[in-house]
Amino acid sequence: MSLLTISNVTLSFGGLNALSGVNMDINPNMITSVIGPNGAGKTSILNCISGFYHPTSGDIQFGEHKLSISNFSPHQVSNLGIARAFQNLELFSGLSVLDNLLLARHQNLKYNFLQAVFYFGKASRIEAENREYVEEIIDFMELEAVRHQIVGNLAYGIQKRVEVARALTLAPQLLLLDEPMAGMNIEEKEDMVRFIVDIRQDRDVTVVLIEHDLGVVMDISDHIYVLDFGELIGSGTPEEIAQNPKVIEAYIGEE
Amino acid sequence: MENRDHLLQFTIPQLLRWRVNKTGEKTALREKDFGYWNNFTWNLYYERVSQVALGLEALGLKKEGKIALIGDNIPEMLFMAVGAQSLGAIAAGVYQTTLPEEINQLLDYMDIEMVFCDDQEQVDKLVEIRDKLPKVKKVIYEDPRGMRSYRSDDWFMDIEDLYQMGKEVARKNPGRYESLVDEGKPDDICFFCLTSGTTGLSKATMLTHRNYINMGVQISKTDKLEDTDEYVSFLPFAWIGEQMNSFGVAMATGITINFPESVETSMEDLREIGPHFMFGAPRIYETIRSQIWLKIDESYWLNRKLYAFFMKVGEQAADYRMSGKKMPVSLGILAWLGRQMIYRPLINQLGLLRLRRAYTGGAALGPELFTFYQAIGVNLKQIYGQTEIVGIAYMHRDGDIRSDTVGFPLPETECKISEKGEILSRSPSVSPGYYKLPEKTKELLEDGWLHSGDAGYIDKDGHLVVIDRLSDVMHDKDGKMFSPMFLENKLKFSPYIKEAVILGDKQEFVSAMINVDPIVVGKWAEDRGISFSTYMDLSQKDEVEKLMFQQVVEFNQNVDEDHYKINRFVVLYKLLDMDEGELTKTGKIRRGFVQKKYKDLIDGLYDATRKEQEVEAFFQYQDGQSATVKTNIRFYTMSEGV
Repeated sequence: MSLLTISNVTLSFGGLNALSGVNMDINPNMITSVIGPNGAGKTSILNCISGFYHPTSGDIQFGEHKLSISNFSPHQVSNLGIARAFQNLELFSGLSVLDNLLLARHQNLKYNFLQAVFYFGKASRIEAENREYVEEIIDFMELEAVRHQIVGNLAYGIQKRVEVARALTLAPQLLLLDEPMAGMNIEEKEDMVRFIVDIRQDRDVTVVLIEHDLGVVMDISDHIYVLDFGELIGSGTPEEIAQNPKVIEAYIGEE
Repeated sequence: MENRDHLLQFTIPQLLRWRVNKTGEKTALREKDFGYWNNFTWNLYYERVSQVALGLEALGLKKEGKIALIGDNIPEMLFMAVGAQSLGAIAAGVYQTTLPEEINQLLDYMDIEMVFCDDQEQVDKLVEIRDKLPKVKKVIYEDPRGMRSYRSDDWFMDIEDLYQMGKEVARKNPGRYESLVDEGKPDDICFFCLTSGTTGLSKATMLTHRNYINMGVQISKTDKLEDTDEYVSFLPFAWIGEQMNSFGVAMATGITINFPESVETSMEDLREIGPHFMFGAPRIYETIRSQIWLKIDESYWLNRKLYAFFMKVGEQAADYRMSGKKMPVSLGILAWLGRQMIYRPLINQLGLLRLRRAYTGGAALGPELFTFYQAIGVNLKQIYGQTEIVGIAYMHRDGDIRSDTVGFPLPETECKISEKGEILSRSPSVSPGYYKLPEKTKELLEDGWLHSGDAGYIDKDGHLVVIDRLSDVMHDKDGKMFSPMFLENKLKFSPYIKEAVILGDKQEFVSAMINVDPIVVGKWAEDRGISFSTYMDLSQKDEVEKLMFQQVVEFNQNVDEDHYKINRFVVLYKLLDMDEGELTKTGKIRRGFVQKKYKDLIDGLYDATRKEQEVEAFFQYQDGQSATVKTNIRFYTMSEGV
């Protein structure tokens, strides 16, 4: 049974269809990649899932109970356990790595004003729990050495890692990664690939990955969807996609 | 000072038991994990070691069986090592940077039956060479991350399962561990420590329990060490410099060993702990000083002025302090003021304020570095020894520090200079020899003395002076001796020079190949608006080469002998690198290899007609790709100017 079902989703801006009649099944505990040329609608799909856009027609259902989330707002989606790491870093560049990650745990801060003022009872306990959780993520994403550094001062590759870490601190069931490897050098890419594989394997998180580096996609994906001009032109395992004539045409052009 | 000679009757596991009975609830080990420090008491240490021992026995490890340890420093390394030693088995440290092919050769040579790895990175190396390791029966790992696909394969084992196995045995047979420990003898071999392998494959030095414990007992007779002292474990565990502390000193004195969160955070963790003593290769002290310089350079002008003024004062005062002479009152007052205003806050920033002693060893340290550290109030002392004598055999005494010597022998250590000028030593810490290499062992221990292979002499005050490797000492055309390493260190005192190779054996003059320091020179270039792309580009800039010329001019002004002066030099287009075999794992230059690799350049240095030369630089990138770049390297002759 799929964790997330996208049925017949169309997204229009005026007369332009960013997505037209797209169907996808995201299966639990797998890495599903979405590929396609620039402007194919990859990020639009993620925006629909995470509630930034609402589909013009069609439906998106999440979880066991097939809850329709196509009209949910971003914070409702995130409360369900869907987290996202952005293509353009959306971190607080003036805060430390630790503070960025702790901030992402704000939805777990369930204590009242008075407790917060005196840092008493529930407040100190929950803060400690959050710190513990965040530290576990810091260890997982190997960010120990930069824990107390200001995000804005870090190398781009490390900031990307912080971005993924921040999404993980939400303890998601489904993680949406929008080009986590863009602008990285080979070594950073290798690290990130290992992190993604480990996120799936060791943390049991389902991953939806948008990525331009086809080598990476073919290596680590369990299933691939190919978009072109807002339409789904291919779907299958990496081997099947590599053979698909439509996909080859979209990527390489006609002979 | 406390005499701990009575500890020499124990093996390491027996001594662990003795510590447990004495101070069981005291912290023995501390590890930073998930952002905070976790304590392991001596009781817990003992419990883990006993579980490992019984588990390993159940897996089939026997007396004199061998287990290799590969990985970063974590408490589990000690649990595994001492656990194996409890069975009478032998642990062997392998450097975590070793490549699969070499691991294969080493495991094969040492007849390793089991391997302990800290994480997936090391386990993957073994997977790569698994077919060639028929003798290895089990691979035990600590961090289960990324290991899910190996779980169904019983070649691998999680250390947690090993603990469980040990617990099970202990439940069925409660006295088993005690009786195993009782069987140990202090003169049993307990560890294989690899030599640095400056020439070819590393040799496994066999070391006994008594070798290690004696080292710890003897050093604590001259330098006070207490069980309340803190030590940070950041040197590679396979290196004797780390083992002498974690086995020798820790067991003999009961200090607490602190394990950093990761290799990258070790300097930060050191600051949090504030150790009472530390040990490091010269490179670490060079790095710390570079950091200080960079920070001062970026500071505001008042700080810079105060620093510059008080550094001069501190250096003058250090000269008095190091030689034990009484300093003039005015200098004393100024030095005190500097200490309060500048040095104490400075070393507190680095976490060195509680430090009573810092030891440097493994290679020679530039004299200026001693003065620098002594000036800021860090009691830096040179030690001298080798793997085969558990690291330390000679050491400076407090208040008698001389940058050109290595001090006096430790108690119970005898020293002699052979007719060839070689340093010979004798002590209860001397190894019984190399594993399966009787010929080499014979050479090493000829006539009952440990042969160091180093040339040296004892000066008029009784200090031992080490010149260089006996085989590395060079002579110029007239037979006048010089030590390339000594000159290289002198050259490297320039903050702009990262590495240098001195040449000129049987030649008319001394010449040098220089590596610029990418960080310091990078910043220097940035400050002057000089743009550059790669290291190669930076090193070949006219301005940078002029800067290097200036450094060599200063070097030539500062050397004692005329025949030490550098006449020609080149600036190398790439950093000397461990992975390419130019440096050993401990950062020493592999001279033979370097001379072969850069033969064209070296020929050019001794051909006065050549002004420049085209070289083809071959780069192997980490992803396996390679590239060849052509560039022109210029030769500089000092008498001709830039």
